[in-house]
Amino acid sequence: MKSSLKKTSPKTFNYDISKKRFRFSDWFAEKFIKSIAFLSIAFVILIFVFVFREAFPVFRMDVKETVTAEPMVQERYGVDDKSAAAEPEKSKETSPAKKVSVPSSTLLSKDWMPVSDNPRYGLIPLFLGTFKVTIIALLFAAPIAILAAIYTAMFAKPRLREIIKPVIELLAGFPSVVIGFFALMVMATVLQEIFGYASRLNSFVGGIAMALAAIPIIYTLTEDSLTAIPKTYIEASLGLGASMRQTAFYVVLPAAVPGIFAAVLLGVGRIFGETMIALMATGNAALVNINPFDSVRTLSATIGAEMAEVVFGDTHYSVLFLIGSLLFIFTFFLNAVAEFYLKNVVIRRFQSKK
Amino acid sequence: MNDIKVHVKDLDLHYGVNPALKKVNIMIPEKMVTAFIGPSGCGKSTFLRTLNRMNDLIENVKIDGEVRIDDIDIYGKEIDVVNLRKKVGMIFQKSNPFAKSIYENIAFGPKINGITHKDTLDEIVEKSLRQAAIWDEVKGRLYNSALSLSGGQQQRICIARTLAVNPEIILMDEPASALDPISTAKIEELIHELKQDYTIIIVTHNMQQAARTSDYTAFFYLGELVEFNKTETIFSNPSKRQTEDYISGRFG
Amino acid sequence: MLKTSNIFQLQGRKGILNRSTIDILVEGLTILAVVVIIFIIVSILGIMISGGWSRLSLKFLSEYPKDGMTKGGIFPAIIGTALMTIIMAFAAVPFGVITAIYLAEYASERSIIAKTIRFAVKTLAVVPSIIFGLFGLGFFIGFVGKNMDVILNGGELKWGQPSLIWASLTMALLTLPVVIVSVEEAIRTIPRDMREASLALGATKWQTIRKVVLPGSVSGILTGTILAVSRGAGEVAPILFTGAVYFMSDLPHALNDQFMSLGYHIYIMSTQSANVDETLPIQFATTLVLLLLTFSLNAIAVVIRYRIRKRAN
Repeated sequence: MKSSLKKTSPKTFNYDISKKRFRFSDWFAEKFIKSIAFLSIAFVILIFVFVFREAFPVFRMDVKETVTAEPMVQERYGVDDKSAAAEPEKSKETSPAKKVSVPSSTLLSKDWMPVSDNPRYGLIPLFLGTFKVTIIALLFAAPIAILAAIYTAMFAKPRLREIIKPVIELLAGFPSVVIGFFALMVMATVLQEIFGYASRLNSFVGGIAMALAAIPIIYTLTEDSLTAIPKTYIEASLGLGASMRQTAFYVVLPAAVPGIFAAVLLGVGRIFGETMIALMATGNAALVNINPFDSVRTLSATIGAEMAEVVFGDTHYSVLFLIGSLLFIFTFFLNAVAEFYLKNVVIRRFQSKK
Repeated sequence: MNDIKVHVKDLDLHYGVNPALKKVNIMIPEKMVTAFIGPSGCGKSTFLRTLNRMNDLIENVKIDGEVRIDDIDIYGKEIDVVNLRKKVGMIFQKSNPFAKSIYENIAFGPKINGITHKDTLDEIVEKSLRQAAIWDEVKGRLYNSALSLSGGQQQRICIARTLAVNPEIILMDEPASALDPISTAKIEELIHELKQDYTIIIVTHNMQQAARTSDYTAFFYLGELVEFNKTETIFSNPSKRQTEDYISGRFG
Repeated sequence: MLKTSNIFQLQGRKGILNRSTIDILVEGLTILAVVVIIFIIVSILGIMISGGWSRLSLKFLSEYPKDGMTKGGIFPAIIGTALMTIIMAFAAVPFGVITAIYLAEYASERSIIAKTIRFAVKTLAVVPSIIFGLFGLGFFIGFVGKNMDVILNGGELKWGQPSLIWASLTMALLTLPVVIVSVEEAIRTIPRDMREASLALGATKWQTIRKVVLPGSVSGILTGTILAVSRGAGEVAPILFTGAVYFMSDLPHALNDQFMSLGYHIYIMSTQSANVDETLPIQFATTLVLLLLTFSLNAIAVVIRYRIRKRAN
């Protein structure tokens, strides 16, 4: 065998290393993959451009706009609500003025009446409604999610942790329309019976429902930032005689604060932009007050409810895109802050002490 | 001494700002076994990986100096690294067969070289497996997963896989460090067989292995090549104090 | 002397005791939080099952809605959702896989380009879904579709309106990050050894990716696809005005047809149906179908992902 091997020891290939060879498939693959990857950036820019582009006319229609629409009754979107019924009359009060409508100047008014003789696009009730819902949702979601994450990361035995984590993360897989339906059909009734308020759908119901959507985000990211704390920290604390409980509250938790803050920020982003739950559970009345048990109309629900009905290129259409632009800018910055600023804080904290 | 296959001149290597190799000069003879020994972290593996430019894959590595193989500077501007690696094969410390059949593992190299003809592939696979002295053990199960084999067999599959590409130089990075004594003996025997056709460079932390398998031995310490000579000379009559200390087990 | 030290000790102990009582209470609260979340999950599931199970049948799944949606089944909504997610997957998966390959194999971690792409992907992941709907309307329908009509059909309205293809592409954009993250994670679990083995045999980078990296990432690509489909099937906001409709007497036949979808069906039925109470069982059953669909898809993905992670360790 050995002797035969020597004879057949083949030199089938002759490798020339002295000259770089051009390999088309390699060159093409790299260029192609790179350009496809670049498209992700392009998409974000395109979203910016196209959402803003459609919103831009709001600021130029000031003069052109005349009252052309025939008298229409204010349409009600979403679920019937007593308070929403009051709106059309208000719009009639202002209509006799027959002034040239000035959309950009009505943006800061207190009335959201896009479909009327004298349309008014006041964003104040929408912003107020969104903030109300966001705060209520956050008050529920943040403590529950953070506490649950602390339990999972610090106290649960590894085997229990393996079960709890995926189960809670299943909540993230619930489509928001399902949560909205649950809120609309079940939670609204139950909560109304308990608290006995007047309007069945309101910012309280909507807020709690949105908390359900935000909990998995805040939970997962908090859990991640808690488990990312270096083991040496924990061991050092335990080694000094602190209990696991003390270690969790006085060592790990403070060290993870930036990460938890980022988690809450992204939770806010989720709540802020949530559309289906808002459409189904908040009552959709554009009111200006701070009573948590009154119906509200959020920014995103306004887009969701009205966009399908507007005329392409109309003022109303542009204003809805303007709302979309504001939502986009807001979530973009939330993400940017969570991503860059806080990540760097976490990294710096641990690196400087290495 | 045979012809010189690899000629390294004043090689410096930095990871970022930390020097890992300092002014290494060595001439490695053709169709012989050259062993690199030294304590861990001395740069012997790093140096081995410069010979087929595997360090290119690591970011932040800076290399100065010349590495000439057959009188071509492999760090020259026009060098084709892909072909270089075909010419300079490598066996790793941990056997790393692909999660494919034994046959597909061996045929991988020929296939990427454009060989599609089934009979030719069959021929190459058999020849390579025979050369790696593992044909008899696996000929009945060529289409089983290579991962189903034992560690020693996997390592010989990796050797066969490298042979199938027809390299001229084979670099071995502690090829037997994870194997039992019997498998190690087989690999050593195989190295002995292969040196008739290939230039072999082996990194090892096992001095007996270096003594048993190699014709020449290089001792590295703290990124420097301390001594390079015939293996017998290194082990019986080292000229440097550090070499002697290391060989006699005083450190490392 | 002895006395004071005792006092100190006592005080110290008392202090610790108080603190630890609070700590125990807080730990109790953490357990309570977990229980609350799990209770919510179980009650949503339980209520949907108890409300919809009786209405759920093969007939319900295979029939068209009847009598102004008050009777019959949800067949077209199921098919519509399926078609939409399939087209979506065809668009999102190749894009996502290629982007993941770039991030894992080509991009240097510290390069600005890679960082920017990563940031873009994260932005896509957090942008509210309704914004994607606006984008779909403004870009796909208002820009691409309208221009297609001008160029291909002489201005006749065919593509410049809400339809299956635009809804699917809008949804593809939304689910792109899901695919990218899953695939990149899977690619990164492939040991460096394998890449080095291939490269040391003289394979080029692309050969290594094609023959070693991609075959090893199949399960990751599968997970990403399943998660994306699950997400796409459940999202409603992006398709509200890009293609979903309330009712269709027929299935969509072409890419520019509109379509019914499960999520949209639930939304319309529960908020705008003429007789909400009468159709309540249908609503619950439809919600149950959607929930079971997304739930089982997620469960499959979790199992595959768990295996990948196990392999990585």
